[in-house]
Amino acid sequence: MVRIEDLHFSYDNEVEVLKGIDLEIERGEIVSIMGENGAGKTTLIKHLNGLLKPRKGRVEVLGMDTRTTPVAKLARHVGIVFQNPDFQLFAETVEDELLLALKNFGFPPNVAKRRAMWAMKVFGLEKYKDRSPYTLSVGERKRLCIAAVLCYDPDIIVLDEPTSGQDFLQKEKIMEILYLLKQQNKTVVLVTHDVEFVVRRSDRVVVMRDGRILADGPTREVLGNVEILKAARLKPPQVVETARILQVKGLIDPQCIPITPYELAKEVTGGRP
Amino acid sequence: MELAELNTVSFRYQGSPDYALRDVTFTLKEGEYVLLTGPSGCGKSTLCRILNGLIPHFYRGELKGEARVAGYDVRSTPTYILARHVGMVFQNPENQLFLSSVERELAFGLENLGVSESEIERRIKWALEFFNLTELKDRPPYMLSGGQQQKVAIASVVVMEPEILVLDEPTANLDPLSAEGILSLLDTLRREKGISVLLVEHRLEIALKYADRLVIMQDGQIVEEGDPRSVLLSKRASVIGIPPVVEAHKVLSGRGLDLGDVSLTPHELASAIERVMRCGRRGG
Repeated sequence: MVRIEDLHFSYDNEVEVLKGIDLEIERGEIVSIMGENGAGKTTLIKHLNGLLKPRKGRVEVLGMDTRTTPVAKLARHVGIVFQNPDFQLFAETVEDELLLALKNFGFPPNVAKRRAMWAMKVFGLEKYKDRSPYTLSVGERKRLCIAAVLCYDPDIIVLDEPTSGQDFLQKEKIMEILYLLKQQNKTVVLVTHDVEFVVRRSDRVVVMRDGRILADGPTREVLGNVEILKAARLKPPQVVETARILQVKGLIDPQCIPITPYELAKEVTGGRP
Repeated sequence: MELAELNTVSFRYQGSPDYALRDVTFTLKEGEYVLLTGPSGCGKSTLCRILNGLIPHFYRGELKGEARVAGYDVRSTPTYILARHVGMVFQNPENQLFLSSVERELAFGLENLGVSESEIERRIKWALEFFNLTELKDRPPYMLSGGQQQKVAIASVVVMEPEILVLDEPTANLDPLSAEGILSLLDTLRREKGISVLLVEHRLEIALKYADRLVIMQDGQIVEEGDPRSVLLSKRASVIGIPPVVEAHKVLSGRGLDLGDVSLTPHELASAIERVMRCGRRGG
């Protein structure tokens, strides 16, 4: 689905922001890219739809080389929602915002209208249909941007900090959407600091630090590794941290890596249901 | 002593048919750290705006009930007077910082208040040290990281020495470690300076441990409030989401482990489990 080989990038030809990234992402995967600010996460995802081109190495999306494929063509397949929603909103009303991309990608008007309505309902935005996007709260604008991408049905969906500023119920909603996308065999790339969100929904975690990949593996393996998290200045999930303390005190199996409250309970009660 | 007191307060924004706040009664005591949470649109920001007089002096609408802050009736007190007693910090520090250097940013409000030069110098020196900003004092705020900017925004409010600090999702745009840094600084401020803190925050897993009181709002009303540990066990907690440690605590208690009061942090939970396991081993 996505193949990145030895990707190097710098904005000014002097300081390298990406220093040799190798990454492959399969269809249907939910992959989270984590790491502290300045690690190169956002720079990396901007390569997925050709907004940035490699200085060295190559990026291939669905077999298309991003250096030679027009951004407009890549964008039909890769939908990116950036961290700050305000850079992505143009239209006068919420509904028009959704119709805009659909129209651009050639959806017939009646289909576009239906898809826009579906997306507004999913994200609880239908009551704002005729309002200006700028009258919405930050969280609502963010959801509108996600809705605008989902509604034209790209194969790869990239979300930069989707949960920031979202309340609990909205986070749950975003999790449901991810589940839905997974069922449709879509590929989802998340950039996020939210370990508790990642631990519940992500198949795989890629940890970046200083322009390089520090760790790449199944969520349990990576988020259960306190040393890696420390090196990347990430906070461990609460359950992992609790288990770690209990392991140091010799109270539970030193090999186990519980990541959910139920798994932790099982380790503590020795498998008793 | 009650520093802020809302008594059956309702508010409807001009042009809106619905009330954003409905019959809200709320108090904030001296030195208290209150965590206010609830679904988006539940009225949290509206409540904050009343405490510093933005409602009714800036946002027009219909305000009912009694609202007193630091002894002043909010309705009849100009915002510049309230500003000396209530410091406000918002989600996006960029909207609050506009001067050429961190030091200028900290001096600005004090100069406006007519504070003497030597006093300004003393307060700025203290704030730069307290917030660990001394090395950045000549830098323009827009060159700083999000976490540093938020510290400057809070520092610029704290130097005014308000009795109350109201923060509306101050860490929403920060990574978890920067967010924790900010929240623990607020706790220190409260303990060292006796400032009352009202914090609006969704991420309970990092904010809970400092709170004396947890308040849940929904649909313009306060639906639950009290000791965080008991509020988290209430039915209403389902709308705000329970942090994983609290969930684990509940699961283990459900399996017959007597862990005592609800744990709010991994360390608390681990200690509670350790106590039970060691007792169990001795007994068995």
